This record gives sequence, structure tokens and C-alpha cells, in this order.
Amino acid sequence: MKTNILDKIFENSTRLIAFSILLIVAWIFTVLFQNSLDSMQGFGIDFITGTKWAPNLEKFGALPAIMGSVISTFLAMILAIPLAIGVAIFLSEIAPEKLKSPVGVSIELLAAIPSVIYGMWGLFYFVPIIRDIFGGLGIGMLTAGIVLAIMILPFMAAVTRDAMNTTPDILKESAYALGGTQWDVIKDIVIPYAKAGIIGSMILALGRAIGETMAVTFVMGNVHKISTDITAPATSIPVTLANEFTEADTDLYFSSLFELAFILLIISFSIISISKFYFLRKSRRA
Amino acid sequence: MATIVDITDEKALEVKNFEFTYNGAQEPSLKNITMPIAKRSITALIGPSGCGKTTLLRSFNRMHDLYAGNRYSGSIEFEGRNILDAKEDLIKLRTNIGMIFQKPTAFPMSIFDNVAYGLRLQGIKNRSELNDRVEKALQDAAIWKEVSSRLKNDANGLSGGQQQRLCIARAIAVEPEVLLFDEPTSALDPISTQGIEKLVIELKERVSIIIVTHNMQQAARVSDYTGFMYMGELIELGVTEELFVTPKERLTEEYITGKFG
Ligand SMILES: Nc1ncnc2c1ncn2[C@@H]1O[C@H](COP(=O)(O)OP(=O)(O)OP(=O)(O)O)[C@@H](O)[C@H]1O
Ligand SMILES: [Mg+2]
Repeated sequence: MKTNILDKIFENSTRLIAFSILLIVAWIFTVLFQNSLDSMQGFGIDFITGTKWAPNLEKFGALPAIMGSVISTFLAMILAIPLAIGVAIFLSEIAPEKLKSPVGVSIELLAAIPSVIYGMWGLFYFVPIIRDIFGGLGIGMLTAGIVLAIMILPFMAAVTRDAMNTTPDILKESAYALGGTQWDVIKDIVIPYAKAGIIGSMILALGRAIGETMAVTFVMGNVHKISTDITAPATSIPVTLANEFTEADTDLYFSSLFELAFILLIISFSIISISKFYFLRKSRRA
Repeated sequence: MATIVDITDEKALEVKNFEFTYNGAQEPSLKNITMPIAKRSITALIGPSGCGKTTLLRSFNRMHDLYAGNRYSGSIEFEGRNILDAKEDLIKLRTNIGMIFQKPTAFPMSIFDNVAYGLRLQGIKNRSELNDRVEKALQDAAIWKEVSSRLKNDANGLSGGQQQRLCIARAIAVEPEVLLFDEPTSALDPISTQGIEKLVIELKERVSIIIVTHNMQQAARVSDYTGFMYMGELIELGVTEELFVTPKERLTEEYITGKFG
């Protein structure tokens, strides 16, 4: 009898916690949306397509920040994906047993480094290198993309390796038994088998990169300008948010920043939904 | 000493003083194996679990070389050379000596691509040659009728028995000299098992076959020669009827009469 009551209490409190998580998500959405209303009504679609961000003129166009987020993330993905797959192939298929574990653990450690540290390291040791090579200030989308790539690489490599490790030995052996080389087996068996996991890891990494603030704030600059030069200072949505809330002296400025945040939330939310879809498909197949 | 039947016919393979030790193991898993394998015939390997049947089978296509630290000595002769030699071209060896595994192992690709896989590895790109050889292999594996209308479908959609025949088609498409079967029917129902057994018997016109089985009736039904292994040794190799009716070794007799194993 007594345990029954305890069970009930436990059951209800876990239910409460689960629901409160849903509630917090809904709350954040609502808050962002409400605070964006001024800006949405004031600018409409021009907010997203506008290229001018001039707080002193009460003009707010988000395109430079959106482009900055998209392009720096895109650069990061382009750099990180081949490297991550390479590292994963090495760790799951090529490295001798003795190396697999120490290298694997160090990669997991790298994944645990707080992003602000990547940002500091990027600013003090990476920016000078970019400056030497390309001239200019050394901060901008290229630098941000590279730092982001380094930041997401360990996670991507670790998850990709785990996905590759699930390939049954007997499947690989079957390909070897037909006269396959190690490379044949990797490209025809291991990668196709792990595909869902690899894509899932990439989408999660993408979600992390696009919302990343600290690593990028140090090396991006905060310049609302669309430039064809990826080595020129630029900005991104999180960088703008991190830099400008303290300066938001008008209601419209304040609301515009909220609309930026709302856009970022929608982007991240969509990315996570897509990755969930991939992981679900994968687990259903397994 | 083991009792080994004298094989006067041509031999596909000849194992001599073969010893094999797994990476990190204290004791060898195979000891002093000497065993002729007759050409274009079926040799069954029987024996209790853990006696080394799979280990021996996987030595013929040097599967053990995929994993570091395994040690072996002695020789296995194939087409006039010792395939245990360090200079042996393993890629070529494995296209000459094919293998069918205990569980069906359809690759994550279409039925057609599964069968074409080994051919493509050999560099065959010509579309009509691929089509012809895939169809022939599927026909020889007695699965053509069931799959001819859905060659583009994912091979994992086939039943277990169909997948196993697909694996056989995939292996014979590259026209090997020898086929190794490791308990190919242990995961299948009786009807599929019958189909595979029939197929194995048909195949011996063209290839030399070694088949590991736990099922003594199966060994008796399909094979010409049977080898009985026990604790890493080949105890007896004989003509199948003779081995089952008048075994020469006491251990063989005890095993086939069900006294252990
Ligand atoms: N990868 C391995 N590493 C170390 N020892 C192994 C390995 N595989 C098998 N062995 C050992 O080698 C011996 C022979 O095993 P093997 O798999 O060849 O037996 P088997 O006759 O095929 O048995 P079963 O009928 O159960 O398949 C066993 O003692 C087994 O424990
Ligand atoms: Mg076995």
C-alpha cells in the first residue's frame, strides 16, 4: 500500500518534470516571438532581406548576420566533413589496436573543450596566421569558419567512428572474401552502412556550429556588411546578439535583436528536427 | 596419428603440417593438420564446437590475415604453390577461393550490385558483360526466377534463404576454383536448407567445395569426403560412406554415434 503511494508520487513528479521541459520550450518560443513583434511589424520581410544595420538610423536589416552565420558554418562544414571522415576511417578501420583507444580518447577530450577556449586560441594564435597569409585584420568569416571547423571536428569524428564501428565484421569479411582491398571495403561497405549515422552527426555538428557564439565572437569582428571577401570582418547572428544587447537603447533595436534570436532558434530547431528524422530512420532499420 | 584416406585423384588443396595460433592465445587452435582436398568434389568438416573447423576453413583464403597477431606455420598448396607464402597475392587468392558465411551477408546495396560486386572489383565495367554474368550466377544459384523482376531492389529485402543463395551467386559470379562454406544452412529453415544442399551438389561439377557443418546427416547427404576434427586436430579423413559406416578411429566412432559432442 505504502509503496503504491510512493510509486504514485514518483510517477507524478517525473511527469511534472517532463512537462515543465515542454513548457520551457514553449515559453522561450513565446518570449522570443512576442519581443520580436515590434520589429516584425515595423520591417516585415525587409528585416530578413535588408542589408543595412544602422541602429542610429533605426534601420535594421538582418541579412549580413544571417549570411555571416550561414557562410561561416558552411565553410566550417566543408573543412570539417572530409577531415572528420578521414579521422573516423583511420580510427575504425586503419589504426592498429594499440592506437585506437588513446587517439579515440584524446578526440573525445577535444570535443569536451569549452568553446570559449577555442575562441581565445583562435584570436591569439590563429588570427595572426590568417593575417600573415591574406593580409587585412585576420578576423572574419574564414577565420571563424576554420575555428568552428576545429571545434566541431572531434564530435563529428567521434560519432562517425562510432557509426562505422557498428559495421558487422562478417559483412566486411564478405567483401574481403570477394577480393576487396581495404579501401574497397571502406568505400563500399563501411561508409554506406554507417551513412545514416554519419549524416546524423553532420547535422548535429551543423546545429552546433550555426548557434556557436563564444568561439566565433573572438574571431569574426562585428561588422554588419556583406562582403565578397571571406577574410574581411563580418558578423553572425550569435555574435551580434552577444555584442549588442548592452547597446540596445531603443525599443526597436531591442526588438530587432529578438527577431534575430527568433530566426536563429527557427534555424537550429529545423536542423535538430532533420537530424532526429535521420536518427529515427536509422534506429528503425537496426 | 590421424587416419587420412589416400586421395589418388587430382587435389584442389593440400594442407601439410599446418599449425595455427590466434593472437594472444597460449595454445594453438590447429595442430599438425595434414589434409588433402580432392578436386571437383565436396569435403565436409565435422566435429564438436570449438574443435577448429572455422579456423581451418578461414586459413584457406587467408581470412586470418585481416587481424593482426595470428601466427601460423606449415603449408597449404594450391595450384602448385604455397599460399601461406608471404608473397601470395591475397586479393587474387580470394577471387580464386570464395567463401560463404554462416549468416547471409547481403551488402547494403541492390540485388544486382551485390552479385556484380566481385566482378566490378576485378575491373569489369562493360554493362552487357556484367548483365550476362550476373544473370548466369543468379541462375546457377537457383534464385534467378525469384529476383529477376526486382534486381534494383535492396538485397536486404530478401528472405534469409534467398539472401544465402544471393551470397552464393555473388561468390560464384567471379568463377572461383574453390568454395568454402561455413555452416551455410545453420540459420535457415529446412526447405531453404534443402535448396542450398542441392545447389552445393550441383556446384561440384565446376568447383571444389569444403563445407563445415554441425549436421552429420548433411555431411552424409552432400559430401564425398568427410574430415572429423577434434581439439584442433584432424582425427580422420575418409570417403564419406566409409567414415560414417566404418570409422577407423575410436574418437570418430564415438562422435558419430553421439557419445559426445
Ligand atoms: N578470434 C579468436 N581469437 C582467439 N581464439 C579464437 C578465436 N576464434 C576462435 N578461437 C578459438 O579457437 C578454437 C577453434 O575455434 P573455431 O571457431 O575454429 O571452432 P569451430 O569448430 O568452428 O566451432 P563451432 O562449431 O562452434 O563453430 C576455439 O577454442 C576457439 O575458442
Ligand atoms: Mg565455426
